[in-house]
Amino acid sequence: MLAVEQLGRDFGAVRAIAEISVTFEPDRFTCIVGPSGCGKTTLLKCISGLLPPSRGRVTLHGRPVTRPPREMALVFQDYSRSLFPWMTVRDNVAFPLRKRRDLDAAALRELVEESLAAVGLSDAIGRYPWQLSGGMQQRTAIARAIAYQPEILLMDEPFASVDAQTRADLEDLILAIRRRYSMTVVFVTHDIDESVYLGDRVVVLGPPPTQVKEVLEVGLPAERDQITTKKDPEFLRLRSHVFANIMNREEQG
Amino acid sequence: MKRNGRTVLIALEIATPFVLVTLYALWAAPRDSFFFPPLGEILAALRADWFGERILSDIWPSIRRILLGFSLSAILAVGLGFALGLSRRARIATAPLVEFFRALPPPALLPLTILVLGVGDVAKVLLIALVCLFPILQNTIAGITGIDPTLRETARMYGITRRGELLHVVLPGALPAIFAGLRTSLSLAVIMMVISEFVAASNGIGFGIWQAKRLFDIPLMWSGIIILGILGYILNMALLQIESRVLAWHRGARKAAE
Repeated sequence: MLAVEQLGRDFGAVRAIAEISVTFEPDRFTCIVGPSGCGKTTLLKCISGLLPPSRGRVTLHGRPVTRPPREMALVFQDYSRSLFPWMTVRDNVAFPLRKRRDLDAAALRELVEESLAAVGLSDAIGRYPWQLSGGMQQRTAIARAIAYQPEILLMDEPFASVDAQTRADLEDLILAIRRRYSMTVVFVTHDIDESVYLGDRVVVLGPPPTQVKEVLEVGLPAERDQITTKKDPEFLRLRSHVFANIMNREEQG
Repeated sequence: MKRNGRTVLIALEIATPFVLVTLYALWAAPRDSFFFPPLGEILAALRADWFGERILSDIWPSIRRILLGFSLSAILAVGLGFALGLSRRARIATAPLVEFFRALPPPALLPLTILVLGVGDVAKVLLIALVCLFPILQNTIAGITGIDPTLRETARMYGITRRGELLHVVLPGALPAIFAGLRTSLSLAVIMMVISEFVAASNGIGFGIWQAKRLFDIPLMWSGIIILGILGYILNMALLQIESRVLAWHRGARKAAE
C-alpha cells in the first residue's frame, strides 16, 4: 500500500503544498484533480521519490520512499522530453529493462513487443520518437511504463498536450490497460471530466498552499464509455460537484 | 523537383572552384608575374614536389601532428567536460580559467611552448592539443548542462544506474554539441600545425611553404598553399561524414521539429 503522510513541500519561502495525507489502495485508480498551479506535479514527484518532501513522508508497504522505487513507473506529461530521441521505439521501451537479470533475451523481446502491442504500436517498433505523432509518442511512453511491470503507475497529466480525439482514445486505452494488468494507478489531471471518467476515486486539491479539499468515490460501473458514461446522471452529478468545489461556487439545483 | 535542386547544388559546388581556377589561369598566363606565376608552373610544382617525395617527408608528418594533437585534445576535453558539466561547483571554480584561455589568441602560446617543450614533434602535438582543448571543452559542458532534465529524471525513475545514465543518456544528449566543438577545433588544429611549422621545424607542409618563400620558389609556395587548402577540406569532410553517421537521429529530429 502507498501512503502519503502529512506531506508538505516548500520552494524557498513559497509554500507549495501545505499538508496532504492520502492513501492509495492496491488496484485502485485514483485521479488527483485541482486548479492549475496547485502543486499536482510536485505532489506526484514527491510520491515517485524524484523530489524529497519538506515535511512528512511517503511510504510504500510501510517503508519510506527516498528515491524512485522499483515498484513504480511514471508517465511524464511532456512525452517529447521524456522519450530518448536517439533510441528507436523498441529501445526506448527496452532501456529500463536492461538490468533485469530474470529476463533472457527472448523473454525481454517478448515483453517489449507485447507491451507495444497493448498500446497498438506494433508497427512503429523500429521507428524513432520524432517520426511519430504526439499521441503515438505518448503511447510509447505508456508501453515503456507497462513493460517495466510496476505495481504502481503514476501519470502526470499525460494527455494534456494531445488533441481532443487522441485524448479520448488514450483515456480508453489506459482503462483497457488497467483492466488487463493489475496496477494501482495515480493519475494527475487538471481536467475534471477526465478525472471522473477514469477514476474509481477522485481526490480534489485546493489552491496553494495545497490541501486535500475532498475525496470522492466514483459510483460508476467499471466499464466506461465516452458517450454513455458521460451522459450518466452519476457522472453529471460528480462533475458539477467537483467543478463547483474547485471553482468555489455553490452547486446549482 | 527536390532531386533536381540537389544536383544543381552539387554542380555549383564543383563548378565554382573550376571557374575561379580558370579565371586565374587566364589572368596569370599573359602577365608572367614573379609573385603570381602561371597556373602551369604551380601545377608542375604540385605534381613534382608535393605529390613526389614530399608526401612522406612533409605531408605525412603534418597530418600526423594534426591527428595526434586533435585526438589527444578530444579525449581530454570530453573527459574534462563531463567532470565539469556534471558538477556545478567545479564549473564555477574553473569558469574564469576556461574563459581566459578561450579569449587568448592560440598562437600566443607558441613562444611559451617552444621555451618549455622545445621544437620537437611532441611539442607541436601538445601545442595543437592545448589549443584544440578549449572549444571542445566548452561545447561539451554546454551540451551536458543543456540536456533536458526530464530525460535524466526518466532515467532515474526507471532505476538506470549512474553508469548507464552517463553512457546512454548524458553522452548521446551532449553529442551534437560535442561535434560542434570538434569542428571548430579541427580547423584550429590545421592553423596551429602551419604556424608551429613556420616558426620552428625541419619538415611539414608549413615548413615547405616557408622554405619555398625563402628560396623565392614562388610556384612551390603557391602549390603548398593549395595542398593545405585541400588537406583542410578533406579533414573537414571526413569529420562531417562521421558526424552525419553518429548523429543521424539528431538531423532527423531537427527536421521533424521544423
